[in-house]
Amino acid sequence: MIRDHDALVVGAGGAGLWAALELAKAGIDSAVLTKLYPTRSHTGAAQGGVCAALGNQEEDHWEWHMFDTIKGGDYLVDQDAAEVLSREAIETVIELEHMGLPFNRTPDGKIDQRRFGGHTRNYGEGPVMRACFAADRTGHMILQTLYQQCVKHGVKFYDEYHVVDLVTEGGELGQGGRAAGVVAYRIADGELVTLRAKAVMLATGGFGRMFRVTSNAYSLTGDGVSLAYRHGVPAQDMEFYQFHPTGIVGIGILLSEAARGEGAYLLDNDGFRFMERYAPKLMELAPRDMVSRAIVQEVRAGRGINGKDYVYLDVRHLGRKKIDEKLPDITDFVRVYQGIEPYTDPIPIQPTAHYAMGGVPTNLLAQVTRDAANTVVPGLYAAGETACVSVHGANRLGTNSLVDLLVFGRRAGRQMARDIRGQDFPEVSEEVTEPARGELEAIRGRAKGERKEALRHELADVMMDDAGVYRDAAGLERARAKVAEIKARYANVSVDDKGTVFNTDLLEARELGYLLDCAETMVAACINRKESRGAHSREDYPERDDVNFLTHSLATRGADGAVELAYKPVTITKFQPKPRIY
Amino acid sequence: MTVELRILRYDPEKDTKPHEERYTVEAGPMDRVLDLLHKVKYEQDGTLTFRRSCAHGVCGSDAMLINGRNRLACKIRVDQLGGKKITVAPLPGLPVMKDLVVDMEDFFAKFRSVQPFLQNEGIVPERERRQSAADREKFDDTTKCILCAACTTSCPSFWAKPEYVGPAAIVNAHRFIFDSRDDAAEERLEILADRDGVWRCRTIFNCTDACPRGIHITQAILEVSSAIAGRRV
Repeated sequence: MIRDHDALVVGAGGAGLWAALELAKAGIDSAVLTKLYPTRSHTGAAQGGVCAALGNQEEDHWEWHMFDTIKGGDYLVDQDAAEVLSREAIETVIELEHMGLPFNRTPDGKIDQRRFGGHTRNYGEGPVMRACFAADRTGHMILQTLYQQCVKHGVKFYDEYHVVDLVTEGGELGQGGRAAGVVAYRIADGELVTLRAKAVMLATGGFGRMFRVTSNAYSLTGDGVSLAYRHGVPAQDMEFYQFHPTGIVGIGILLSEAARGEGAYLLDNDGFRFMERYAPKLMELAPRDMVSRAIVQEVRAGRGINGKDYVYLDVRHLGRKKIDEKLPDITDFVRVYQGIEPYTDPIPIQPTAHYAMGGVPTNLLAQVTRDAANTVVPGLYAAGETACVSVHGANRLGTNSLVDLLVFGRRAGRQMARDIRGQDFPEVSEEVTEPARGELEAIRGRAKGERKEALRHELADVMMDDAGVYRDAAGLERARAKVAEIKARYANVSVDDKGTVFNTDLLEARELGYLLDCAETMVAACINRKESRGAHSREDYPERDDVNFLTHSLATRGADGAVELAYKPVTITKFQPKPRIY
Repeated sequence: MTVELRILRYDPEKDTKPHEERYTVEAGPMDRVLDLLHKVKYEQDGTLTFRRSCAHGVCGSDAMLINGRNRLACKIRVDQLGGKKITVAPLPGLPVMKDLVVDMEDFFAKFRSVQPFLQNEGIVPERERRQSAADREKFDDTTKCILCAACTTSCPSFWAKPEYVGPAAIVNAHRFIFDSRDDAAEERLEILADRDGVWRCRTIFNCTDACPRGIHITQAILEVSSAIAGRRV
C-alpha cells in the first residue's frame, strides 16, 4: 500500500520540525518521519546558545556575525548563504521566543546573551555577547519548543519509522530524476511502508558515529547523506569535519563552549593557559578547529596532564553561583560521567568528533543541488547538519549549527509549500520497496557472517586515528584501504536478531552501511585536498592554498561504485579571503 | 570486576510471557548500565533490545527499571548501584513491545492532552516579549523535562489507575501555567481538575525520586493543585 502526503520531512530535529511547522501553517498535507521519537533528536543535546545579533547586551550587527562566520569557516563559506544566516538569525530567534522558548533574561527582561568562540565585535576586534541561551540546555529548549508548536498545529508524525530508501521518478536524482517519496521500515513490526510525496526533505543530522570519540548520539549515522548519495546526489565538502575541543575524556560527551564563553580556562600540565601560544587575542574563545589543534599540539609536546592525551578545562574561578545558574547541565555531566566535582577540581577534556560541515548540497532555498552548476534536484530539500548550504565552510563557529537549522529549516518548509502548489503526485510503483527489502532480508537471512559492531569499531578507530584532527597522505591512504576492506566485509554482515518486532540489531547493520558511505567520501575528499583549511588540517600541506583549493568538493558515486570528485566555486560577495589570525 | 546482569526479556514472536535471563559481563566502576547492555548486545546476544540515543541523559530514550527504580541506563553507573548483581526490566505500567522497549503512545497522548504549548493570542510584538528573571524562574524547573516517562511509570497512582494523566503531563502543563507569557492557564487547570488529573496524586514522591533531571515534580504538582484550589475560591 502506498500512502500519500504532499510533503514529507525525514528527521525530527530542529530543521525538520521547523519545516513541518511551516508546512502545517500553510495548510499542506505533510508528515514527519523519525526513527526515534521527535523529542529524542540530537538538536536537544545542543547546549550553549544560538547566535543572533540582537544587540541586547552590547552593540552588535548582523554584518559582524556574517564576517565572523566567513572567517571562522576559513573563507570556504558561501557568503550569500552567510548573509542569509546572520540576517535571519535575528527574526528566527525572536520567533522562537514568541513560540515560548524560555530564554534566560537580562535585568530588563530581554533575551540574555553571552560570548562564544569566534564571535566578535567590529570584524574581529574582540569577543561580543551574541549567543542567546537558555542555561546550558538551549538545544533542548529549541527542540521542545518546536515540538510543542507541532503538537499545537497538529503535525502528523510517523514515530519510529526508519527511512531506508528514497523513491524517485524519471531516473536517478543525479541525472534529472525527481524525488517522489520514501520507503520506511516501521520499527514496531518490520513492515516496509511506501510514502509518496511531491516534496521530500532530508533532515537526518550528522554522522559522528564513524569516529571513536564523539559527542554524537548513537542515531547519528549519516542516513540522509548516504541515501541521497546512493541516488546520485553528491556529498559536498565531506573533508571538513569538526572536532570540538572540550569532550569528556574517553567517551566524548560534550562540555559546551559556553563554559569558556563564561570565562573558563584551558590549562596544560603546568597550569598554564596554553591558548596564549596559539590565539593571544581571543585565547580560549578562538574557533574550535584551532583550539582542538592546540590541545593535540600540547599533548604532543608532553604538556598533557601527567603526560597523557588530555588537558584541563577549569571553571573553578567562576564560582558556584555562576556555575549553577549558567552551566548546570554540563557540570552535572562531569559529576556523573567523570566522578569529579567541578567546583573544586579541573575537568579532564580532549577533542571529540562533533559536527559535519559538509553534507547534501543545497541552494539558499534549501533545494538540493546535484552538480557544480547548482542544478536543482526536483522535489528534494535538505537543511541542518545533513545539508551543506554552505554557511560553515571549512569550520563551523559555535552556535551556528542551531542558527543554520532554524534559518534553513524554516526556509525549507516555506519553499516546499511554494513548490508543491499545482504539482501532481509522481508515478510510484508498488515495487519500489524491493531494493531495500532485498538488502534488509539479505542481512537478516544470513546465518553467520561479519559482526556489525566489530566492523563499526574498526571503522571508528581508523577514522579517529587517520582522518581526525590532523591528517597526512600516509594516514589517509591507510584509512582509504581500511574503509574499503570494511566495506567488502560489510557485504557479508549478519545479525543475531532474525525477528520482525523492534529489530534494532538489523537497523544498526543498516546504519553501518550509511556510515561507510560517509567515511568513504570523506577520506576521498581529504586525500584530494592538499592544503590545510579550517578543520581539514594536513600536516604534509600545512598552508591554506587559495589558488588551487578555494573551492567546494563534490563527491559522487561513479558507475563502478568508486568515489568521483568534482569541484565548484565558492560564492564570495563582501569579504575577500585573508589570513585567519585570532 | 564481574557483574551479573539479570534482564527481564520478552519477545512477542517467541515468548508467551516475560522471563529473566542472566548475563555475566566485565565492568568498571564508571561504566554505565547502558554500557553493560551494549556489551551484552554486541558480545553475547544481539537480540537484546532497548532504546537509546544520546547516551548522556538528555534525550530520554533509555529509561528503564534498574535495581527496582526507574533510571536512565545512560546516567547510572555501576559503582552507584553498589553490588555485583544488577536487575534490569522495562518501565512498569506500560505495555511491553519487546525486552526493555515499552509502548510510549499513551504516555505521549497524555502529554498532548494538557495543551503543552504556549498560547498567546495577543498582538505579536516586533521584538521579544519581555519577561523578568523572577517570572522566568517560576517555571524554570519544569522546562528541564525530557519526557522519558521515568516519573509517570514510577507512580503507584498511575499503576492503580492508568487513566491518571500522570506526573510528566502535569510537569509539562506547569511549565506553561506559570509562564507569564501564556494566556491559557485556566484551560489547562480545567483539564487537570478532572477526576483523572492532579487529584490522583497522593504525594508519594516516587516521581521526584525517579526524575533523572532532578525536577521537583511533586512540588510542581502541588503548585498546580494549589492553583486549581485557589481558582475555586
